[in-house]
Amino acid sequence: MSSRPSLRSERRWALWGSYAALALFAVFFLTPPVYMLITSLKTSAEIGGQAGSPWVVRHPTLQNYLDLIGNPHFRVFFFNSLKVTLCVVAVSMAISVLAAFSLARMKFWGSGVLAAGVFLTYLVPDSLLFIPLFQIIGKLGLTNNVWCLVLLFPTLAVPFCTWIMIGYFASIPKELDEAALIDGASWMQLLFRIFIPVALPGIIAATIFAFTISWGTLLYPLAYLYSSDQMVLTVGILTELIRGDVFEWGRIMAGSLLAAMPPVLIYVFLMDYYIAGLTAGATKG
Amino acid sequence: MAEVSIRKAVKSYEAGVQAVKSIDLEIADREFVVLVVPSGCGKSTTLRMVAGLEDITGGEIWIGGDLVNDIPPRDRDIAMVFQNYALYPHMSVFDNMAFGLKLRRFPREEIRKRVDEAARILDITALLGRKPRALSGGQRQRVAMGRAIVRHPKVFLFDEPLSNLDAQLRVQMRTEIKKVHQSVRTTTVYVTHDQVEAMTLADRVVVMNQGRIEQVGPPQMLYHHPATRFVAGFIGSPAMNFLPCRLERMGACLGVRLSETVLLAVPASRTARYEPCLGRPMVLGLRPEHLTDPREPARPDAARLDVAVDVVEPMGMETLVHFVIGATPACARVDPATPAVPGGVLALHADMGQMHLIEDAAGSVV
Repeated sequence: MSSRPSLRSERRWALWGSYAALALFAVFFLTPPVYMLITSLKTSAEIGGQAGSPWVVRHPTLQNYLDLIGNPHFRVFFFNSLKVTLCVVAVSMAISVLAAFSLARMKFWGSGVLAAGVFLTYLVPDSLLFIPLFQIIGKLGLTNNVWCLVLLFPTLAVPFCTWIMIGYFASIPKELDEAALIDGASWMQLLFRIFIPVALPGIIAATIFAFTISWGTLLYPLAYLYSSDQMVLTVGILTELIRGDVFEWGRIMAGSLLAAMPPVLIYVFLMDYYIAGLTAGATKG
Repeated sequence: MAEVSIRKAVKSYEAGVQAVKSIDLEIADREFVVLVVPSGCGKSTTLRMVAGLEDITGGEIWIGGDLVNDIPPRDRDIAMVFQNYALYPHMSVFDNMAFGLKLRRFPREEIRKRVDEAARILDITALLGRKPRALSGGQRQRVAMGRAIVRHPKVFLFDEPLSNLDAQLRVQMRTEIKKVHQSVRTTTVYVTHDQVEAMTLADRVVVMNQGRIEQVGPPQMLYHHPATRFVAGFIGSPAMNFLPCRLERMGACLGVRLSETVLLAVPASRTARYEPCLGRPMVLGLRPEHLTDPREPARPDAARLDVAVDVVEPMGMETLVHFVIGATPACARVDPATPAVPGGVLALHADMGQMHLIEDAAGSVV
């Protein structure tokens, strides 16, 4: 009996293990952005120089950022990304919420199969889809038009967002919609006055996902857009700042960090809502 | 206010399961009817059919003179209180109660007036600004009742509203519900598996079994005159004793033979009724409270019964004594002062004036 570890020491070891795993995780995922930040604060000469550690900035400068912000092309890329993302988020969420509500609650013939089908659609890689989609976009006359992304990105965002929302809606107690139906709500009132407010954490999770997809996807913009005035940030940074075999590393890193800012801000501001469980108190428990 | 009429109502599911098997029930205006059954016998399905939350497979449901089979729940003018409260978690108590009125576009002052009135009846005025998560179970159930009251519906439907509360709160809320019904007098259909709730609340109790109605009647009638063995066993706590027996002649009267040595005299007034059962295997039904210690003055129909005591359970105001007659376990409810000890012999009086004679095979009370 005496050789058995006490509960307290077991707990201490579990904690140490958790901290070690988390530290490893943090190092692995935070090293690239830290390296980007360091590089973005260097001049081209310092980046090209071989002397000293690459992790140390000897002559810090904000010139890369100022150049980018002053660059009219970068501003166009940024606003193109912004308008495409806002539209994609709105379109994707409108479709996903309605689809998820009907699939989760309005039981109809084939609703179960359809719900599984929605998820299977998400499993089809976008690299498989972009050739047939190219033909469709071509026929619609939207090639090299930034608005084509508003049609394309929802094909990536809607299936996953719908899947997330089905899960959230399904977790809302059935008695809640029955109570609302008896109280006099129509299906639409039930959705807008009960389901959407109660499933807000799920909606925020899905919104973050749609935002991230729309803001960060490279393949479709790379395939469908080729004029500077139509490009979004992901592809714009690549084409503007890599000329032949000349890489403007300082500005590429500064541009990538600036481009990563909006999703980071979205996460920071919405995380509290995302984590909060709003269904507390609805039913027993 | 309205009467509710359920006529030949049937509910079948796709798998061929019939949850409700052609039931007929007439509920009068302002009446408080309790459907009581063990779980899984179709009581909630029946209530949900009245609410419109379940489609009805066959038959008709009428509320206030209107056939409502194909009318959606919101147009039936009913209000329902659920077992797990079903409060809207993102709304305050006031908004929860006002939700139905807002959807029906009631004027703001009218909504305020009705919510305040319901809150006063339920003593939740101080809670109107809180969210459901800041309430206790009992408070949440009051709010759920308040949400029903403010609508002034034709019918209240309660689906096991007290099942999630602890024993003490359940008793308290039971009284509240009765008080509310006495003050608003709305026709009420209440579903429970707790026969004590059924007995204490109902004007009439409906006992259901396997999707069928076994018996309908006022609580006292069901207690004293159960129609079947199922009802006799379900109503009353502890449950009625069922002792296999045979009827024999005892001079001019009849006697109930429980074992080689035990023969209890049947009251003379029942001779004619029970005579056709002579010689057939029957079951004697006798409640624990009618199998008791010898008391003064002796009951005229009391028959002496000596039993070997197995277990004694003092309850404070009474004591339950468990024993075996023949091979059948039985229970008696005796005065706490009765000297009952495990292993000892106790002389009991069986109040045969309260006996029930039950057909062994059919389960019907003679």
